[in-house]
Amino acid sequence: MRPKTALMSAAAVIAIAPAAFAERGADGQVNIIYWQAPSILNPYLSSGTKDVESSSMILEPLAGFDEKGELFPRLVEEIPTLANGGVSEDLTTITWKLKPGLLWSDGSAVTSADVVFSYEYCTHPEGGCAQAARYEGIDKVEALDDLTVKVTFKAPKPNPYNAFVGSTSPILQKAQFANCLGAAAPQCTEANFGPIGTGPFRVTEFKPNDVIQMEANPNYRDPAKPAFATVTFKGGGDAAAAGRAVLETGEFDYAWNLQLAPDVLAGMEAAGKGKVINAFGTLVERIEMNMTDPSPDLPEGERSTTKHPHPILSDIKVRQALSMAIDRNLLVEVGYGSAGRATCNLVPAPEMFASDNTGCLTQDIEGAKALLEEAGWTDSDGDGIRDKDGRKLSLLYQSSVNAVRQDFQALVKQWWTEIGVETELKSVDASVFFGGDPGSPDTFQKFYADVEMYANNFDGTDPEPYLSQYLCDKIPGPENGWQGENVNRFCNPEYDTLVAELAKTGEIEKRAEIAKKLNDMLTKDSFVVVPLVDRGRNSAHSNTLGGVVLNTWDSELWNTSDWFRVK
Amino acid sequence: MLTYTIRRLLIAIPTLLFISLVIFLILEMAPGDPLADQPLTVPPEVREKMRAALGLDQPAWVRYLLWLRQFFWTEPLHLLDSLFGTAMADPGGRIVSWQFRAPAMDVIWQRLPQTLWVVGLAYVIGVLIAVPIGIVSAYRQYSWFDNLGTFVSMVGFSVPTFFTGVVLIIVFAVKLHWFPSIYDTTLKVSDWQSFTRQVQQMVMPVAVLALFNASQISRFMRASMLDNLQQDYVRTARAKGMTEKVVVLRHVLRNSLIPVVTVIALGIPTIFGGAIITEQVFKVNGLGQLLITAIYANDLPMVQTLTFIFAALTVLFNLIADVLYGVLDPRIRYD
Amino acid sequence: MTEARTAGFDAAARPPRSQWRDVWDQFKTHRGALVGLVIFGAILFAVVAGPLIWRLDPTYVDPNPVNMLKLRNQGPSLAHPFGTDQLGRDMLARIMAGGRVSIAVGLTAMLLALFLGTLIGVVAGFFRRLDGILMPMTDLFLSLPLLPLLLLMVTLFREPLGQGFGTETGIFLLMVGAIGVTSWMHTARIVRGEVLTLKEREFVLAARSIGTPSRRMVLRHILPNVMSPIMVSATLGIANAIITESALSFLGLGFPPDFPTWGRILYDAIDQMQLYPSRVILPGIAISLTVLSVNYIGDGLRDALDPRIRGR
Repeated sequence: MRPKTALMSAAAVIAIAPAAFAERGADGQVNIIYWQAPSILNPYLSSGTKDVESSSMILEPLAGFDEKGELFPRLVEEIPTLANGGVSEDLTTITWKLKPGLLWSDGSAVTSADVVFSYEYCTHPEGGCAQAARYEGIDKVEALDDLTVKVTFKAPKPNPYNAFVGSTSPILQKAQFANCLGAAAPQCTEANFGPIGTGPFRVTEFKPNDVIQMEANPNYRDPAKPAFATVTFKGGGDAAAAGRAVLETGEFDYAWNLQLAPDVLAGMEAAGKGKVINAFGTLVERIEMNMTDPSPDLPEGERSTTKHPHPILSDIKVRQALSMAIDRNLLVEVGYGSAGRATCNLVPAPEMFASDNTGCLTQDIEGAKALLEEAGWTDSDGDGIRDKDGRKLSLLYQSSVNAVRQDFQALVKQWWTEIGVETELKSVDASVFFGGDPGSPDTFQKFYADVEMYANNFDGTDPEPYLSQYLCDKIPGPENGWQGENVNRFCNPEYDTLVAELAKTGEIEKRAEIAKKLNDMLTKDSFVVVPLVDRGRNSAHSNTLGGVVLNTWDSELWNTSDWFRVK
Repeated sequence: MLTYTIRRLLIAIPTLLFISLVIFLILEMAPGDPLADQPLTVPPEVREKMRAALGLDQPAWVRYLLWLRQFFWTEPLHLLDSLFGTAMADPGGRIVSWQFRAPAMDVIWQRLPQTLWVVGLAYVIGVLIAVPIGIVSAYRQYSWFDNLGTFVSMVGFSVPTFFTGVVLIIVFAVKLHWFPSIYDTTLKVSDWQSFTRQVQQMVMPVAVLALFNASQISRFMRASMLDNLQQDYVRTARAKGMTEKVVVLRHVLRNSLIPVVTVIALGIPTIFGGAIITEQVFKVNGLGQLLITAIYANDLPMVQTLTFIFAALTVLFNLIADVLYGVLDPRIRYD
Repeated sequence: MTEARTAGFDAAARPPRSQWRDVWDQFKTHRGALVGLVIFGAILFAVVAGPLIWRLDPTYVDPNPVNMLKLRNQGPSLAHPFGTDQLGRDMLARIMAGGRVSIAVGLTAMLLALFLGTLIGVVAGFFRRLDGILMPMTDLFLSLPLLPLLLLMVTLFREPLGQGFGTETGIFLLMVGAIGVTSWMHTARIVRGEVLTLKEREFVLAARSIGTPSRRMVLRHILPNVMSPIMVSATLGIANAIITESALSFLGLGFPPDFPTWGRILYDAIDQMQLYPSRVILPGIAISLTVLSVNYIGDGLRDALDPRIRGR
């Protein structure tokens, strides 16, 4: 991956020379395909990736993340820090200064009132804002003058870069959305389908769940950009079709998130019309162990609750043996190729937060067998499946429907069979599995299975909210309508104390140290979470599209203003 | 016949109301969550607020009555408004899709053209191919033509469209570059050039669907023709010295049409239901894609509306089929 | 009339013999039907007895990573006549195991749908009073949204059935039930349409005038005359059931994900079509061949059951 990226940036540098003299709209049309179709262009009403990324070409936040996960200013002059006085000493305020002379795509001026309005829009109690978490802990947002905005937090905030940072919390135009607050939000179809923004493009036609037509924003702050005059953003279909349209037929210039088997992708790339690019973020495919008993014999309301500890998996030796039997490198090879790497960490990035935990990378079938023996699981009746006190070592392993996940299930099942563990597989439709319907027995929160596999990541570069998902009081159960993020039902008071400490710590080195410790407590110290693969992102662009830099920390379309046609 | 038709239309009203209730209950009880496609990074408290904003905190019967009012009162009023420029409807009272936060009917209207073009045309072509093939196959039973027809139609029906579609794309779009693999729904036919592009992008989806439809209809046509060719009245007609053409095309065909009319009447509403798989494969993004994405996203108002329109069409076309039986075979009496 | 004449002819010319014997004699003369029967028999034999001879486990993945990587995506060889899949599992074993499920589900679901459809169609067409209830019910079933309905059925019935009959039988019953209950409506509408015209034909009027009871009327006079659309529905139904089963499994509503079925093998290999075409062609041929052979058997059966043809 490295040499390819290096080559590409070299190509970009060479190609930038002509592009620098280019004028806005000189390169004509660019076609983008997402195999999930955008349904709305207002990220405050839907945080689906397709919706956030498509609208990121139109709407912008004050600051964004670049491909290295570092902050850079978009609408402001500089990133406020402790050093430049933008962030107060007591960590309770942050002051943003807008660039002067910024215009909305309709020609009106961007002012601090728009920023304040965006905060009000998302925090309105009846609005059901999808990004409300980004504005959590804010006491008030005020406009000091036309170009200055001051955010005051209720308590010291070690990481103040949540509100107005990244494509999930962009600035809306007050004039357009003024009548769309709260319950009125869904009635503003016109605004939600064609927001006025500061980004490089503006909407000319939007067909929900189908296609967006865009044209260059005539009031974009850089008069030479964007190079493309018009954009067609098509949605729908499947990853293979999107890959084909860019890599084999050349109908499209950019395809997002090509989750395809490595050999299929390589076959498509061989057609020579385009390139596959990849980058890594924080998405980790993992197996989660259920610490509570999901047995159907228990009365409804007690299954998978803390009332009954898991009869098999409560023993750390069993959990460790299950992890040891897995060959993560082979999983990567089969499922992700260059877009994956084996990992033992829940937090694989950014680098300073990633623990140096590599113990799980080599498969150890014999060691796993020995551990199980030690734990008292022996094959007493000779049927190849271990048992203890008349109970078979048999597990139900569920996941969502996805070709790669089903391959992983088959492989892991085989390895577990080797160590004498019987496994029953189950796959659940993703819309049910990830849907929080408390009436369905098949959701990942309800966890009516012994182990389950899915992927999760965190927003931006700060793992604190992510690690606090494993607190004792976030265990889903009937009393909270099965809404909770601690799906393993992991509960360790020591862990809870450490998370509280993290919330109070401001120094970045200290934070990283605590985060690593928390990561280890969940993974190598307890094997409650068994990370498998650090999943990168595969996307593809045609050979004639230049300026593409894949970014996993923000919207993939973060720099469309720099895209150009290679001639 | 007229009183029968009127009576059936009157019965259709409570039937449809009942159907709408059953659909609502199924959607209500089926597992799923409109927020399933939101990333896991959105915390539970925020999800709860989003649900409330969708109106999901209301009890089910309130939502059902609300939908009835929206569908049977506000939406017709809105239609009248847009036709005559009046302002009778309350803009806030329309059926709002949870995915788009926009009126569901607007999106349905937007999807109608491409659905009718592709799925509708494929159905017409399918029928036009199937009827003559069925007739000839039956008349020359076990000839090479019949055997070939049987083979093609059985393969056409048993191989799923998600397979045939991708094969066509690989051959004609990837290898030969004859047709585009992705349907452009923004293309407006204004001149000869855009017309050819429209035809080019329609060839593959229409071909896949037409083959599938023709396979089914031609089998029923053939079987029914075979049945009738062996009837006594055919022998009588021939004995009276009628030409083969008159015997086959006037007498036998007319009597054989009843099952075919049934199948076609069952098929026409499905045009409006769109072709879920074919639309996905070729990215036509018509009503079928709208329905399936709405189902996946648990966009209940959209699914309810689409399904109910489909139900109304089903009831209507089955009624039309019943009336046509009487035209084809005057002996059939309903009263 | 036709009935009576043929029967009389038989009795006079030949010693009495069973009706099924007649049917078989007529069936034998249908070449397509015989070929279909042989092919279908061969497929059945392959999927039922095949796994006893070819003893590789269809879900076995080599646990040794090095071997597994070597075994992946292989072309046909002596050790694996149909090659291997992306995890090095033997394709021949998978096709045979998949056929067992697909044919079992396809046939049973088709028979269930056919039985329901014919019953409802005949009753609605014959008894006018019931028509008023049955046809709105058919309309209702036609308009139900399939996917949410199936999701609901699976949620409600998977665990009770699994506990009552064991996981695999439970899922089998659930699939057959789900497919059968959601696909009888076409048959019902078609059969009803035919019955409506048959009811007014002379031979039915004649039978009625001599006081034939309704049950006998339906069984002796109506049913034999609606055999051909039923046979067409049967062939189309089996194809439909095999594909629907794969769609259900794919959505996670059916058999466990490592359980091969023809539709699933086909679906899983679509992305790899260009690299390993045999992986889509094999299950594709298997499904088509099954449907084609059932179609010809249906053709022959229809001819054989038709007293007008059998007499000649």
